[in-house]
Amino acid sequence: MKKWLNPGLWITLLITVAIGIWPIITQEAAKREVIFTVLMAIVFASSLNILLGYTGYVSFGHVVFFGLGGYVGMYLIKEYEASIWLAALAGGIAAGLLAFLLGKAILKLRGAYFALVTIGVNEAMRAFVNNFQPFGGPIGLELNFKVYKPYGGPADALWMVYYATFALAILVAVLSYAVKQSKFGLSLMAIREDEDAAEVMGVVPHNAKTWAFILSAILPGVVGVLFFFKNGNIEPAGAFRLHYSIENLVMVMLGGQGTVLGPVLGAFGYQRLRGFLVTNPIFKNIQLSIAGGLLLLIVLFIPAGAVGWLRNRFPRLRRVLS
Amino acid sequence: MTMLLQVEGITKRFGGLQALTKVTFDLPEGQILGLIGPNGAGKTTLFNVINGIYAADEGRVHFRNKNVTGYKPYEMARQGLARTHQIVRPLNELTVRENVMAGACFGRENHGLGEATKIANEVLAFVKLDGKADQLASSLNVAQKKRLEMARALAARPYLLLLDEVLAGLNPSEIASMVEIVKNIREQGVTIIMIEHVMKAVMNVSDRIIVLDYGQQIAEGTPQEIANDPKVIEAYLGDPKLAEKLMEED
Repeated sequence: MKKWLNPGLWITLLITVAIGIWPIITQEAAKREVIFTVLMAIVFASSLNILLGYTGYVSFGHVVFFGLGGYVGMYLIKEYEASIWLAALAGGIAAGLLAFLLGKAILKLRGAYFALVTIGVNEAMRAFVNNFQPFGGPIGLELNFKVYKPYGGPADALWMVYYATFALAILVAVLSYAVKQSKFGLSLMAIREDEDAAEVMGVVPHNAKTWAFILSAILPGVVGVLFFFKNGNIEPAGAFRLHYSIENLVMVMLGGQGTVLGPVLGAFGYQRLRGFLVTNPIFKNIQLSIAGGLLLLIVLFIPAGAVGWLRNRFPRLRRVLS
Repeated sequence: MTMLLQVEGITKRFGGLQALTKVTFDLPEGQILGLIGPNGAGKTTLFNVINGIYAADEGRVHFRNKNVTGYKPYEMARQGLARTHQIVRPLNELTVRENVMAGACFGRENHGLGEATKIANEVLAFVKLDGKADQLASSLNVAQKKRLEMARALAARPYLLLLDEVLAGLNPSEIASMVEIVKNIREQGVTIIMIEHVMKAVMNVSDRIIVLDYGQQIAEGTPQEIANDPKVIEAYLGDPKLAEKLMEED
């Protein structure tokens, strides 16, 4: 297959691997933690890109899939002593299922209305979990130390989660490339450009949009399980942080929405910037305003994002940057 | 002669506005039907009803002997109907070739991407846009965008093609080349309904013409009959001599 030899895929994969392999070489726990957030952001941003970049639907509340996945996984680990792999799978399925149900209900809405409803969904889910006793209500769920035993103790479990997240980051790069190059991807982009015209051509908009929504929800759900398993506890305020979805929007926009490489670069760039800001005494309390300001600047001056800008500025790069 | 499309008593109201009143006609396979009438006569509304964008308040549409009343636009596309839009609707951030591929992919024949690329290249050559295939659709000028609309519709290999003012806004030489394309499409056995304001062209190309005025079907017949119909002249052509002039030129 010729399309698998495309540099657009390989450049993205190389960059993802280069980011992820760094702590493995140095074997430093501190670096691992830094890069873990980057990899997690890559998975989240690239997933969001399928909906935002390819399909043109803005979801502000995408963190709901991360939170719900995390809760389902943690619940299974705590109550049924499920393995982390089974829990991660269940978290992904739960997120996908929620996306399916939501898709049927709210993907009829367009533009700002859809974006608003996604915020509402996230807030509603947080309020629900806050009052849902099996999930521990406002206190949440806490894991006992012994759950890390089968994985060789907490230290090894942290490395294992890191490898799993690294694998997911590579998977998401391949997935977003495969979607973009497929007929399904073409239907999504047709919807983004002109939904009514796409329907006249024979695209079934509600099916395509629902599948895009599901695809964009599953991996954030899986990553949620890994993240909270690593943390050892989960609570409503931490699981459904609205600003985390907004930061992810910034990452996608920064790197270039609708491109395969963009969300990877955007996630890396933004997380590095954020890492600098939260450790800087002047900026540590206003790092979110910096993110907001950044979003404003991107939308005003380079709405296509870094990769999109490069593609527009140097049309020859279209062949290598996908 | 087999009927490709049968429209029976289609009525459409928008609130108090009667957009279409009991429009009825049959369209045999392989013909070009011209649809003319003053602005606001309901021509595009009729397209939108046939196409499934609006549901008719009354009446039925049969397409290839199947009752397709109330079908959605994507269902009509799969039945073998394609259209162009009066105001062009290119998929701006996709290339010209990808635009046409989208037409081939999701229409009646439901091709994969490989086959769709081949069809797109053929169709682009047919409408003489092959030189622009790798450009973004947004970079085309109006005449090229009109041809792109046409190519996208043709790539679906439809049985019936609805052309909504493909000549509007074109200069005389562009009109001539577009009329050539329309004639060539008919040669391939595609049935066409065209809405058009450029009288000379529509009189020339159509086998039959229907005239709408305020949603009413005021006349139907060959171009000759239409040009001499007093009701049409009153409603639309205005000057009684105009019709003769139109028929005389080329």
